[in-house]
Amino acid sequence: MITLEVNGQSHRVEVDADTPLLYVLRDHLQLNGAKFGCGLGQCGACTVMVDGEAVFSCITPVSVLQNRKITTVEGLGTIASPGPMQRAFIEEQAAQCGYCIPGMMMRAQALLEKNPSASEAEIREALSPNLCRCGTHMRILRAVGRAALAMQKASAGNAKGTGR
Amino acid sequence: MLLGTAAFGALGPQQALSADGPPSSFDPALVRKGAQLAAIGNCAACHTAPQGKPFAGGRAVPTPFGTIYGSNITPEPDTGIGQWSREDFLRAMHEGVDRRGRNLYPAFPYDHFTRVTDEDVEAIYAFLMTRDPVRAETPPNELAFPINIRATVGVWKLLYFSKGAFQPSPSESAQWNRGAYLVEGLGHCTACHTPRNFLGAEKKSLDFTGGEAEGWHAPALNASSPSPVPWTADALYTYLRTGTADAHALTAGPMAEVTHKLANVAESDVHAIATYVASLDARPPEQREKQSRDALAKAPRKAEGPNGNQPGIANGAAVYAGACADCHDRGRSAEGGALPLPLATGLTMPTPRNLIRIIRDGIMPEENERGGWMPGFGGALTDGQLVDLVTYLRTLTSEPEWKDVPGDVRKIARGEE
Repeated sequence: MITLEVNGQSHRVEVDADTPLLYVLRDHLQLNGAKFGCGLGQCGACTVMVDGEAVFSCITPVSVLQNRKITTVEGLGTIASPGPMQRAFIEEQAAQCGYCIPGMMMRAQALLEKNPSASEAEIREALSPNLCRCGTHMRILRAVGRAALAMQKASAGNAKGTGR
Repeated sequence: MLLGTAAFGALGPQQALSADGPPSSFDPALVRKGAQLAAIGNCAACHTAPQGKPFAGGRAVPTPFGTIYGSNITPEPDTGIGQWSREDFLRAMHEGVDRRGRNLYPAFPYDHFTRVTDEDVEAIYAFLMTRDPVRAETPPNELAFPINIRATVGVWKLLYFSKGAFQPSPSESAQWNRGAYLVEGLGHCTACHTPRNFLGAEKKSLDFTGGEAEGWHAPALNASSPSPVPWTADALYTYLRTGTADAHALTAGPMAEVTHKLANVAESDVHAIATYVASLDARPPEQREKQSRDALAKAPRKAEGPNGNQPGIANGAAVYAGACADCHDRGRSAEGGALPLPLATGLTMPTPRNLIRIIRDGIMPEENERGGWMPGFGGALTDGQLVDLVTYLRTLTSEPEWKDVPGDVRKIARGEE
């Protein structure tokens, strides 16, 4: 029995210790945002965040994730109320087939949480492990840039609101 | 007194050599030859900044004494070498002084380049002088006192620099001598693969016994090579051109760029380099072949229980089973499979730092380069899990345990190494 904290909720799952996180997310927790692409940590479709860092969930065994905070694309917002990253991807219509997009959003989210004013070169470098076969890269880059601006504005707004 | 006089001569600035500027045109064949030689010398590694224009300088080169910035060697007249004559350039390569005669820091490996023939230096000059000129001021070096005073370089040169041409060995083949010339001269391989003393000079008595490069260990290339399967000239040739070879790990760290460069130079030169480097391992062939057979026989191990009962090692074995075994236990011949780790030099070298870096950051080709790939696990594993994994992996070898894996993991995580 392994306890995982996903999107702020605690889950107890009965799986082998070396089961990849991706399988638990999809098969046990019905969190189907993260995708199975290559299963080898080479395409990025399975990317989620662990303690704020982007990781390939297809090659990360659940045994290393006890007491750590896992965030999936479902944790960034809802259909009714998308988070800034999701909203930016919708507004830029950044998806073609969409298979790579949750991974792209999670790796971009991890970058912007650490470096809210990332340059386009830094965004390109950070996203380089994630592949897109449709060729929507330019839209993805625009979406991440838009999300960065939205998140900067929101944090400036919060700072004013709390009088900091 | 004699030393004092000699020192004074070396410390004082020399003169610019001639009022003539560079020639106005260059023979295209000479430029092409220079391009190959500049690739073998990997000039771009220090003289091109990340995402910067080629050869425009600005790359920070970390040294134990502070940071030195690779200079702009494009033919731009004010910030580059646009006003340098052929003689100025030759003197810089052979004697380590700039156009105005000031001593250059030996991060520019003129202790090697002094062995390069005049003809080859001239070809490199022709290549550089026909690049796009880029106006880019090289940032000032950030060096500690007293190294920040250029005169100290004069003292260093008196102690450690000997000017002079490469001396071929008549008892060896032409191919071996070509390799020796490239390795000891332009290739400046021992700049990383030989340990340095407290003044940053290569310890020549320990040539090729392993050194340091930008926080990475550059493994020994002689008989003390840590490679589980000893290198052969054929394997080295394949590795130097492709970044990997059968029964050897992927290239990583600063060596990756070297292999990218060597992928595009004349095959005969890479064969020559491989022939010379393979000859550095003076162990008898039978001994090397036996070690190779033994290593290959032991290598294809499935993830198995740890030796001993330390909880850290057991935990490391569990991490291996979950995160690594799927690729590394399959072996290279399987799709998506990777090298069985008992064959990886990262496990057998005297320091765990390369292994830690590779597990954390993975192995990825630079932008627009081909190359092997390994995903990084820096976000997936905690520092403690990484320590356990690295400690466990060392038990797959017959080498003694590493002394301070937690300390090395901590330093690398904080970017102190």
